Amino acid sequence: MEFFLQNLVNALQWGSFYSLIAIGYSMVYGVLLLFNFAHGDIFMVGAYIGFFVSTALLAVFGTGAFGLPTGVSLAVVLVLTLIISMLLNSIVGMLVERIGYRPLRDAPRASAAITGLMIGIILETGNLILLGPQRRLFPELIPTQTIELAGVSITNKKMLIVGVSLLLTLALHQYVRRSKWGMAMRAMAYDYVVVPLMGIPTNAVALLTFGLGSALAAAAGILYGTAYPVLDPNMGILFGWKAFVAAILGGRGSILGAGLAGFLLGFIEIFVATIFPSTMRNLIAFGIILVILTFRPHGFFGEPHSARLRL
Amino acid sequence: MLLTVENLHVSYGNIKALHGISFSVDEGEIVCIIGANGAGKSTTLRAISRLVPAAPGSKMTFDGKNLLDYPPEKVVTELGIAHVPEGRRLFENLTVMENLKLAAFARKDPAGVARDMERVFSIFPRLKERINQKAGTLSGGEQQMLAVGRAMLSAHRVMLLDEPSMGLAPLLMMDVFDALREINKEGTTILLVEQNARMALKFAQRGYVLETGNIVLEGKSEDLLNNPEVKKAYLGG
Repeated sequence: MEFFLQNLVNALQWGSFYSLIAIGYSMVYGVLLLFNFAHGDIFMVGAYIGFFVSTALLAVFGTGAFGLPTGVSLAVVLVLTLIISMLLNSIVGMLVERIGYRPLRDAPRASAAITGLMIGIILETGNLILLGPQRRLFPELIPTQTIELAGVSITNKKMLIVGVSLLLTLALHQYVRRSKWGMAMRAMAYDYVVVPLMGIPTNAVALLTFGLGSALAAAAGILYGTAYPVLDPNMGILFGWKAFVAAILGGRGSILGAGLAGFLLGFIEIFVATIFPSTMRNLIAFGIILVILTFRPHGFFGEPHSARLRL
Repeated sequence: MLLTVENLHVSYGNIKALHGISFSVDEGEIVCIIGANGAGKSTTLRAISRLVPAAPGSKMTFDGKNLLDYPPEKVVTELGIAHVPEGRRLFENLTVMENLKLAAFARKDPAGVARDMERVFSIFPRLKERINQKAGTLSGGEQQMLAVGRAMLSAHRVMLLDEPSMGLAPLLMMDVFDALREINKEGTTILLVEQNARMALKFAQRGYVLETGNIVLEGKSEDLLNNPEVKKAYLGG
């Protein structure tokens, strides 16, 4: 039982990263019918932005900033890092949309997919050229504290990671359900063509969708950096593919679906590794997902695709 | 003339849909374009709404402005041209209220939006009973009402209507056309395209006949209704 709970806690943390990245994948696919294959690399860029922002904040304020005790001041730096990096990374995402995808809005889908892969490679090699091959160490913003609970050790980092990811997921879900722009996003997911007839600027909705997804990817990057502080330019590739799978599993455009599927993927990977050799982790995890998709080809919350989307 | 279309060409890939048609609509008028399936009626309206590109050489002016300078959303918000698309194209995953609110997305006059919302509900009281229902659960007639209601909220000067009679029982069709007449009386110019030629010509003051991408006849509705060719081709003899 303790063994199970301990792995559950680890799986929740691992799933948090997948969730946050998968949501951005799913939103862009839902609203624009486009797989943004650069999204894993946008996560990587978000982690690096977080690294630079937090390092800069620490350099300016030191560890005892604002006349606060060290722990509190580090927490303030973490919150500021999250906010600033999410904003900056949303600009990165919007640039990717504006420069990479918008000219291809009416092109065949394959062109956009190839472009996405290419943007990913540009981000990876761009990072390598600008920052060099050495890895970066994400600064320690939360000194680890471990709490023992019923024989299970839970770190403050894990609680923070899971908490922040759940909070962001629910906040975004509410935003898309309740706000005017969220309504426009849902409308565009249903019928892209007639949205401009409502006087809605579709390009602005597309930018917003990329911006929100990239902001969440930055949050994932920073949270990842607090748990696994070594950053390298290729860190986004495998994460991106797995989040892509989670997005498919969640159902087109479903935020809660993608969030849930991200956690599920985390669980499968962690628990597979406890039973089988960890080298078989991906094989078995993807095998299970293939089986699920055989029975639910539209994912958990997806609906069969409407054929009426085109003129 | 409020809207003037001259030499409008539209192609989908290699297929020419419109071969340089010209027509015009005056302020306050009800004008219809009738024609068979595939004649280019929907394409004409889509070109005005800028959903499909007009080929070089085409000219469209609206109220003295070059319509081709405006992207689709600005045709609605800045020129005031609303469009009820073919097949209604509601956001069936959203509620009736959300559909109406979306139609007023870009408007910055909350008082005006509230007034228009009331107007929609007074013309189509059945929509008010269903505001929290998903649009996909409405009956065909109610869906058409919502499609017209959406257009009433999005813009006022012109309403383009693409086959509003499609799939409606005769009585419901009458209701919808009565509502459209009322909307016209309140000052909205109407350009309608229809396969149901008799209904359209009885409703409109003037009409154009579109055949495989060319306008072949035009005139007052009563003249077209009595025209032997129109009778033979579109009114069942």
